[in-house]
Amino acid sequence: MRRPLPVNLMIGAALAALVLLVAFVSVFWTPYDHAAMNIPAKFQEPGAAHWLGTDQLGRDVVSQLMAAAANSMTVALVAVLIGGSIGVSLGLLASALGGWVEDLVMRVADIGFAFPALLFAIMLAAVFGPSLTNAVLAIAFINIPVFARVARAAANQIWTLDYVTAARAAGIGVFGISRDHVLPNIAAPVIVQATIEFAVAILAEAALSYLGLGAQPPSPSWGRMLAEAQTLIYLAPQLAIYPGLCIMIAVLGFGLLGDGLRDVTDPRLSRVR
Amino acid sequence: MAFFIFRRCVGFVLTLLAVSVVVFAVMNILPGDPALTILGLDASEDALAALRAQLGLNDPAPVRYVSWIVNAVQGDLGRSHSFGVPVFGLIGERLGMTVALAVSGMVVTVALALVMGIGAASNHRRFGDWGVMFLSQIGIAMPAFWLSILLVLLFAVKLRWLPPGGFPGWDDPVAAIRALILPTVALALVQSAVLARVTRSSALEVMRLDYVRTARASGFSRQRVLWRHVLPNALAPIVTIVGMQFASVVTGAIVIENVFYLPGLGRLIFQSIANRDLPTVQALVMMFAAIVVAANFIVDILYALIDPRLKGRM
Repeated sequence: MRRPLPVNLMIGAALAALVLLVAFVSVFWTPYDHAAMNIPAKFQEPGAAHWLGTDQLGRDVVSQLMAAAANSMTVALVAVLIGGSIGVSLGLLASALGGWVEDLVMRVADIGFAFPALLFAIMLAAVFGPSLTNAVLAIAFINIPVFARVARAAANQIWTLDYVTAARAAGIGVFGISRDHVLPNIAAPVIVQATIEFAVAILAEAALSYLGLGAQPPSPSWGRMLAEAQTLIYLAPQLAIYPGLCIMIAVLGFGLLGDGLRDVTDPRLSRVR
Repeated sequence: MAFFIFRRCVGFVLTLLAVSVVVFAVMNILPGDPALTILGLDASEDALAALRAQLGLNDPAPVRYVSWIVNAVQGDLGRSHSFGVPVFGLIGERLGMTVALAVSGMVVTVALALVMGIGAASNHRRFGDWGVMFLSQIGIAMPAFWLSILLVLLFAVKLRWLPPGGFPGWDDPVAAIRALILPTVALALVQSAVLARVTRSSALEVMRLDYVRTARASGFSRQRVLWRHVLPNALAPIVTIVGMQFASVVTGAIVIENVFYLPGLGRLIFQSIANRDLPTVQALVMMFAAIVVAANFIVDILYALIDPRLKGRM
């Protein structure tokens, strides 16, 4: 009998799909130009013309939130792709070669864990000036050791299996085996980790942009919108609500999706419920 | 056991050195001229040359690295450009603020998480359990800086019970504590969401064991069994996560200080970025990274002390 899909998977998939859809639509259409200022129409209440009102420069809040969604998804995607591909390659390499290479890769990964994304972004911002690119690099960097560990642990299991031994007996080299036999079979844990790291990356981008180390004006970002709203908290408290809700929905969606995928693909790891 | 601790100590020192190499490399060897970064593009060639000499930039990188480490070990972290004083003194002035925030945040985190986690486990599959799990899911997805803004909105702007930010100094302890309440709560609520989940699942696993049933059967009250029999045996995974969280509490403090305008090391690091004060940034990043490494080191040691089953294997 098929077990029903876990609740967290379904809620997560729905929320993540919603955020991705909004981000995708914003590329082609937003109610207004997200950066278009209209000072006479500043601080408008939510209404028919502006669904969530306007900000201190009369910019439409919904349009900004939508454009920021696209930005946030792009940052998370690029950071996880960079960090994931380097990390998985290192993990595969460590597992395939073993010995001192494996030790070296894993010790270097341990050192990577000493740097939260914030510290790395601070260093890059101090040297090169704050920018979204530096934020992406910082988030990508902290993902490398995460993926290296996951990939190595999963790959080490595959290397003990009979079909790998058969491939070796057939004379295929370690890199060929890693690519053709190990990589496809560690896809499940890697994809689960990538989904979870996607959520972490969204949160990290928001925090870095809030602190001024990420998206620079006029590039729209939920984190930067919150930083601006905080200075206007007595004038327009509602502006400090919406961007935070967006961040929460996006992080919750991808986080639940990742948890749910893990429960489905690896029942041994699912927690006590 | 002694050998295990010795090995971990060596590993700790080696990791610290490796981390310092990374910090130094990113701050010094990457393309870019620190003198130009500090003085700006329109600086004269003489001024640039003078600053390069003062920063020791004419020496080869390995020499500068070694002198940075040797000086740092002796308490000399270099001079801050923007403040014109030794970085060591700058850190000393602001350390108290960050330590107060991190320690109070950690204490509230652990207290909240234990109460929520044990409470959820003892109400397994009932309303209290679902409530805690739901709240912690929200807490994990909520950025701490947004929670801070919401707390300010409610308790400072609407109710006017607490100040929205700033720090009056320790001369007036009541005002100082009032200024720390919202930052501490913002820091702790988000962190305790993760820890409460770990506490719950760890407690649930222990509660299935026979000796817990025996303890209940021999007449101990439910609460006594929970806190005296279940909790101590559920501690090992909790301590691991607490150690990992100490690192995120410390970096979280960097963010929270900036949300609430608290004059700690987190504010200093951002002022230094704005002022292009590279020696100060380098010293502070190294300090925070060292705290993260030290927290992991202490967790490893505690883990071995708490869980005697691990002793034989180390």
